[in-house]
Formats: sequence, structure tokens, C-alpha cells
Amino acid sequence: MSTATEHPTYNYKVVRQFAIMAVVWGIVGMGVGVLIAAQLVWPALNFDLPWLSYGRIRPLHTNAVIFAFGGCALFATSYYVVQRTSQTRLFSDALASFTFWGWQAVILAAAITLPLGITSAKEYAELEWPIDLLITAVWVAYAVVFLGTVKLRKTSHIYVGNWFYMAFIITVAVLHIVNSMAIPVSFLKSYSLYPGTVDAMVQWWYGHNAVGFFLTAGFLGMMYYFVPKQAERPIYSYRLSIVHFWALIATYMWAGGHHLHYSALPDWTQSVGMVMSLILLAPSWGGMINGMMTLSGAWHKLRTDPILRFLVVSLSFYGMSTFEGPMMSIKTVNALSHNTDWTVGHVHAGALGWVAMISIGAIYHMIPRLFGKAQMYSTALINTHFWLATIGTVLYICSMWVNGILQGLMWRAVNQDGTLTYSFVEALEASHPGYFVRWLGGAFFLTGMLLMAYNVWQTVRAGSSVKAAEPSAQTA
Amino acid sequence: MSAFWSAWVSVITLAVIIGCTWLLFATRKSQPHQEQTEETVGHEFDGIEEYDNPLPKWWFQMFLGTVIFGLGYLALYPGLGNFQGLLGWSSHGQWEEEMAHAEEQYRPMFEQFAALSIEQLQNEETGLKMGQRMFANNCSLCHGSAGTGAYGFPNLTDNDWLYGGDPATLKATIANGRNGGMPAWGQVLGEDGVRDVTSYVLSLSGAGENLDGDAVARGQSQFQALCAACHGAEGKGTQALGAPNLTDNTWLYGGSFEQVAHSIRNGRAGVMPAHKELLSDEKIHLIAAYVYSLSQK
Repeated sequence: MSTATEHPTYNYKVVRQFAIMAVVWGIVGMGVGVLIAAQLVWPALNFDLPWLSYGRIRPLHTNAVIFAFGGCALFATSYYVVQRTSQTRLFSDALASFTFWGWQAVILAAAITLPLGITSAKEYAELEWPIDLLITAVWVAYAVVFLGTVKLRKTSHIYVGNWFYMAFIITVAVLHIVNSMAIPVSFLKSYSLYPGTVDAMVQWWYGHNAVGFFLTAGFLGMMYYFVPKQAERPIYSYRLSIVHFWALIATYMWAGGHHLHYSALPDWTQSVGMVMSLILLAPSWGGMINGMMTLSGAWHKLRTDPILRFLVVSLSFYGMSTFEGPMMSIKTVNALSHNTDWTVGHVHAGALGWVAMISIGAIYHMIPRLFGKAQMYSTALINTHFWLATIGTVLYICSMWVNGILQGLMWRAVNQDGTLTYSFVEALEASHPGYFVRWLGGAFFLTGMLLMAYNVWQTVRAGSSVKAAEPSAQTA
Repeated sequence: MSAFWSAWVSVITLAVIIGCTWLLFATRKSQPHQEQTEETVGHEFDGIEEYDNPLPKWWFQMFLGTVIFGLGYLALYPGLGNFQGLLGWSSHGQWEEEMAHAEEQYRPMFEQFAALSIEQLQNEETGLKMGQRMFANNCSLCHGSAGTGAYGFPNLTDNDWLYGGDPATLKATIANGRNGGMPAWGQVLGEDGVRDVTSYVLSLSGAGENLDGDAVARGQSQFQALCAACHGAEGKGTQALGAPNLTDNTWLYGGSFEQVAHSIRNGRAGVMPAHKELLSDEKIHLIAAYVYSLSQK
């Protein structure tokens, strides 16, 4: 092994493990997503099997892509970034190893219990209480490893990427513990500690902050390392990162109420949710500006570097969906968009366009460095993956925009006598072509992930057969 | 909410907004550069440096714009604890207003049809269309978009009625709902008894050739003792009780031997929800007219 592989001070083993599993779980999670998308086009595809029915495997899809794929990508990159930017080895190898095996156990437990219909029925927090306890243990260990490593840093300051990772780790611990509070009635069944509307509010305080801290803050941490690193340019503005970091974490906390507009939630809670969501626009865009402007002077690299292209396009989708979100939180817009496919499209603009693309870019950046290779096995395959992912995401988002607005308009249309013009099933029927396009988009995205797996496998196994195009393979 | 919690909410909400604004201004004020710069702040992490560029102007203004909008919104609408907002708006108030407006706009149209009897409405195409649309949105989930029913949910087009198909009964069914209760006889009859009674019940609708004659005979005496009270001595049912006619080969829960045996053994509970709290009398009148029309063709 070269010195680049086994850096004298860094623990790359756990990073390698998480990076590989991110690819594996990405394929599994997106594969299940493509299956449920297909079920909405061809309902017979549930084969009349309860454990293949939409209601059971939709949470499997969301858990697998958010917590298995996204989670592994966050673990891998955060361990990689914190070591390199703090110039020190992880605080504890044993605890880091525990977070890997513990997290895989959580994912496996989810993959078994959700299809069996074992669920707490809280969206994005469906796992039952014994699994919740394991998550808590893993997460506390993660916090100890990460914060401990930051404490041991050899640099005077804490790098901005690590601020975001720390906010993500600490807040997710709080969110998970508060939202999952429940009274167990048996080994596999529990009931939420909170009553009615309070439960709904806690659920969406958790749900939106899962988006804000898991899927935004965590991945901004990733962005702050891999974009300047891959572009080889300094971060655009240090002071912009300060303002947008603090404003982002302060306002995200409040935005969850917008998931419950026009519901039994008290009016004041809805208003505050909407106001904070709007104020969130500028802090969210701060990250996009800092990432995009970091490329000034390096735009030409986009022509030759598909990894950088992944990172930049992910920032574009990030900017687009963080504009769309505040708009959808305005009550009058929400009155049209709520409960329609528009919401699903919005989530996937963020999930596919932002979260998945930045993770893919980061993993392509890390894999050769982690396994001591000059570069990925095939740059052409990365390029193909890039186009598959981009086209897939665009197909997905556009079809859901069309469907969402169509549904919103059909549901609210009234005849001259005040009766509804369309029955629910008519709106569903009209959505059918959109569901097909969405499935196609998902299939594009999944195909790209399969190419990635092959590319990673070849890189790890055989090493790079292409001459190094990247100017600096290893700088540490 | 108590005054304490109201103040708590208001203070924290405003503190977050004002805190963000303060940070924005403070950071801008301390900027050493007002234009794009090549100067870094001097840190270096794994080869990454950071420029000390100023906050983009348009971004600063956008941030400020959302804060001003937010504070304005919180002044006008409920948001700061118990403060109701200067406009006095509430979601409940908006709902009442819209309902009153709809009532005023649509009432004349419904009143015009409410004055006609259900029989007369059969010639009113507009009225029947209105009824059909309301049926599609309120009833079709169970009874199907064509009213032909499904397993456990009656077909409304076959002129075979559990509780009666005259206009007044139809309206009563829609307004007040129905609770159909068939008791479970498995414990009383035993498994052999269940199969005997099943044989007899199936013989009523002419399935005799495949049935065991002795079982039919044994079942008949059991039927007279236990079932006739509701379904009638001849099994023709009693609409006042919602007990179905067993002689017409129309089956709500399936007419196979096992399905009928299941109904006898375990009983059935059919529920038609009451709609009088959900729909006005005039609307129920039009839906009833539409349902009536389904079996008049």
C-alpha cells in the first residue's frame, strides 16, 4: 500500500466502508423508488403481496435513500473532511467502527421491519422504538467521534465545512430524540407520547428539520470541502459563510409549520412557519452563492471535469429548490400545491438534484484518494452518469410540476352550482402520463448509479487504466 | 394560550428575526472590502483558502426584503402569540366568510330544485347532473362511479333495495345512514348447523341441484327458528330491518357456499355513514334524485 492510501495519521478505513455502502444503499434505495414509481403507473406490480405494497415500501424507499444512502455519504465525507481539515486522526477508531456497524444494523432492521408493516407511522421516523434506541446510540457515538476530532484539531480555526457537519450532527440528535418519544406497548409497537395536533407539530418540526439539518446542513458541509477542493479555488467569501450559517440554523428550526397550513394547527403557528420559511431564502442561497462563486476563474474546468460538473449542477438544483420551498410555504401558493405531486417534485429536486448529485461528486472525488489510485477507472463513465442523472432529475421534476399544478387546479375547480367539477379519480387518471415520465426519470437516475457502482468497483479492484487528467491527485 | 406563553412565543420569534438582521448588518459593517477582492482571511485547511469578499449587494437586499415582509406579515396576521394581527384575520373566519359567500351564490339554484319532488326531478337534466357530481365526490368511493357497488357495498342500479328505494327512504338513508347488523351464528349453530343453513339459504335462490337434500331440510328448520324473524319465513327479507332478500340471487358479500357460510358463521356489519352533517338538505335531495334515476332506466 502506498502512503497515500494509509496516511500515517488519518483513519480512512471507516471512510472507505461508508463510501462503498453509500453506493450500495443508493442503488437499493433508488431501486425501490423506481419500483414504487412503476406501481403508480402499473398497479399490478405490487403482485398482491403485502410486503411489496406501496404503503409499506414507500417508507422503505425514503428511509433507504435519506438515511442509508444520504447517511452513509454524510458519515463518509464528514469523517474524511474533519480529519483532513483538522489535520488529525479521528478521535476514536473503535467508536468510528461502531458507528459504521451500528448504522448498517439500523438500515438492515429498517429493510426487514418496514416491508413487514412494523411502523410507528411517523413520516421519515417510521422505525419502531428498539431501532430508535440503536439510532440514538450510534448518533451519540458519531457526535463523540466528530466533536472529539474537531477538539483535537491542529488548525487554529474550525473549517466552515465542519460547522455545518456539527450543526447537522447535534441537531439531528435533538430532533430524533424528541420526535421519537413514545410509549412501547410491545417489543415492536409503540405509541407517540404527544397527543393529536401537538404530535403533528412535533412530527413536522422534526420532518422539516430532517430536510434542513440532515439533507441541507450536512450536505452544505460536504459542499464546502469538495467544491473548493475539486475546483482548486479559495472559498468565495468567509463572511458570507458566517452570516448564512447562523441565519440558516436559526430560521430552519421554525419552518416546519408550513407543512400544516390550513390544518388544525393554530393560526399563529402557521404564520410563524411561513414567515421563517421566507426569511430562510437568503440564508439558503448564501451557500449556493459561496459554492458557485468559488468557481469564478475556474469555469473552464467544467468542460473537462465531470466531477466538478456534478458539484456545480447540484448547487443549481439546491438554489432552485431552496427558492421553490419558500414560495410553496406562502399560504396562498400552498393552498394550490399542498397534497399534490408538486410537493413530491420539490422534494426530489432537492433529493436527486442536490443531495444525490453532491454526494456522487464527493464520492467520485474521494474513491481514488481513499484507495490509493490516480483517478477513477473511467472518466467517460462519470460523464455518462452525469448526463443520466441530470436528465433523470429534470424529467422527474418537470413531470411532477405538471402533475401537481394539474391536480391542484382540478381539485379546486367548481361548477356553476358550487359542486366540484372533477372527482378525485379523474385527477388521478389525468396524472397517469406524468407518473410514467416520473418513472422514466427515476430509471435514468438509477441507471447512472449502476454505472457508478461498476466504475467504483473497477477503480478499487484494478486501479486506473487511464492517464491521470486531474492535476493534483493527492495533496495531503 | 396564557400571557406567559404568548410573551414567550413573541419574544423568541422576534429575537430570531432581529438577531439574524443584526448579524447581517454587523457583518456588512465590518467588511474591509466593498468590492471583489483577491485577499484571503488567512486560514488554510487541507489546501483550501477563503477569500474575504463582501456580502453580495443583491443578496443583502433580498435578505432584508424578506425580513421586512416577515415583520409586516406578523403585524397584520396572527403570529406573535395571542396578538391577532391588525387585519383581524383568522383561518376560521376566512372559512366562514367563504361558506357564507357560497351559500348566497348557490342557494337559489338548489332551492329551485328543492321545490320539485324527486319524481319530478327525473325530467330535470341539470338537477340530475348536479346530483351526479355530488354523488361522484361523496358516494362513489364505496358505491363506484357508476353506482354499481362493490363487495360489501350495494349496487344502486339494480332496483334491489336493502332498506327500500322509494324517494323518502332514499333520502332517509343518505341523511341518517344505516347500520346493517347480521349477527354471528357460528356459536349457536355449530359448524354442521352453519353448513345446513347455508345449504337451505342457497336453495332459496335455485341452487338446489348441487346441494345435499337432507342438509337443506335440516337447515330449513334452523332457518325458521333463527333467521325468519328478520329475513322472513320465505327468506324474502324485511326492508324495515335492512334484512336482505335471500331468494333473488343478489349477494352483497358473495354468493358462493363458503361466502354465505362465512356470513352466517361470523355475521356481517354494514355501515352507510350519515351525511346530514356534511351535506345540506337540498344537496341530499338532489343526490337522492340521481340515485333514484339509476334504477328507473
